[in-house]
Amino acid sequence: MLHAYFSSLIDSLPVFFQGLWITIQVSGASLVGATVFGFCLGILRACQIRFIKHTLAAYVDIVRGTPFLVQIFIVFFILPEFGIQLEAFSASVICLTFYGTAYISEIVAASIMAIPHGQTEAAKASGLSWYQRMRLIILPQAMRPILPPLVGQYVLLIKDSSVVSVIGLTDVARAGWLTVQRIPEGLMVFGLVGILYFVICYPLIHLANWFEKRLTGEALHL
Amino acid sequence: MIEAFNFRVILEYLPLYLSGLWNTVWISGASLVLALVFAIAACVGRLSGVRWVTFLASFYIESIRSTPLLAQLYFLYFGLPTLGLQVSEWQTGILALSLNCGAYMAEIIRAGIMSVSKGQIEAAIASGLTFVQRLKLIILPQAIGVTIPPLLGQMIVLVKDSSLLSLISVLELTRAGQLLASDRIMPMEGFLMTALLYWLVYICLKALSTFSQKRLIHHSR
Repeated sequence: MLHAYFSSLIDSLPVFFQGLWITIQVSGASLVGATVFGFCLGILRACQIRFIKHTLAAYVDIVRGTPFLVQIFIVFFILPEFGIQLEAFSASVICLTFYGTAYISEIVAASIMAIPHGQTEAAKASGLSWYQRMRLIILPQAMRPILPPLVGQYVLLIKDSSVVSVIGLTDVARAGWLTVQRIPEGLMVFGLVGILYFVICYPLIHLANWFEKRLTGEALHL
Repeated sequence: MIEAFNFRVILEYLPLYLSGLWNTVWISGASLVLALVFAIAACVGRLSGVRWVTFLASFYIESIRSTPLLAQLYFLYFGLPTLGLQVSEWQTGILALSLNCGAYMAEIIRAGIMSVSKGQIEAAIASGLTFVQRLKLIILPQAIGVTIPPLLGQMIVLVKDSSLLSLISVLELTRAGQLLASDRIMPMEGFLMTALLYWLVYICLKALSTFSQKRLIHHSR
């Protein structure tokens, strides 16, 4: 019996690989989006303009204070009431980007603000413009504390992308959910789902650890 | 938009929301306690130095951290019955949540213990403190100060993660919102109310976290 289930699971492997491809597309697109927006908003937050700072802090608080599942329900079920119809794929990418941006902007802002103020003053005194200061002085130094948590955030984002399966996007998690209806071997089916996520996330976690050891280790060395 | 928002239906569903909120709170609380048990066990296992125990603890921590909670939840939800274990949805949910959270907390606790420098322990041994005294006077006071803020952060994550239990039809906050949304076809009222209640819980936990951070910093000076 178990053997029969196993061979039918092997037969349905293509479904899982298609799901994996969807997962990669969704999380890849939102990773890029969240990184770009996160850096922009993080830099804006680090500027000492009160109104912008408070608005962005409120945005981050709202995103961090509610579960991602509820956020995706809100985007997918409430926006149509205002005449905005989104496909499952674009709704997922928008929602994940919106979610990831909040966390990444927090990381970027904290790292920029941790850079000693003297650096900015010296750069100003050397006559560098705001853009030059950011590009040449602040961001290169901030990248060191940014990188390890940024990669950690990527891992969280990829894992959270499994939640978009609830609005009907056939990613790995939903591929498993569909398969388990036919093959009632939960351990086997979701073991496979777990392995597929593991293959993506485990190297990334180690990358984050490696960055952490290398970058912060060097910083301590100084 | 505000005219379209139906407050009356929310009042009507308030008892459901409150029981959902209560379930979210106690499920998170129970999972937190269990997670701490798993975390301490895994952390001790990882630092124990016994090879296969270390391997087992590392395997648990790494495999949980590299897979989504949703997959773990379904793994237990669809997997436990095939093993012949009949457990209810909320038991499965608490088990999945606490296994998940325990792995993250194990790493936090480990980082806290590792942050106490070796020289301090050596100095304490040289001063003739016993193991219990060392733990009580040297290691724990420093480790706890470093550990509590990230543990509270993890607790916020736990409360939010408990929303996934709605997918295995545990009646908690998200499920309450879903029920309102599907019964009355009012997703706006349903999900915004759910979001608001989660947010209130978040605000309370955040205040607790800020307070503890201030206290601990003050304490360690």
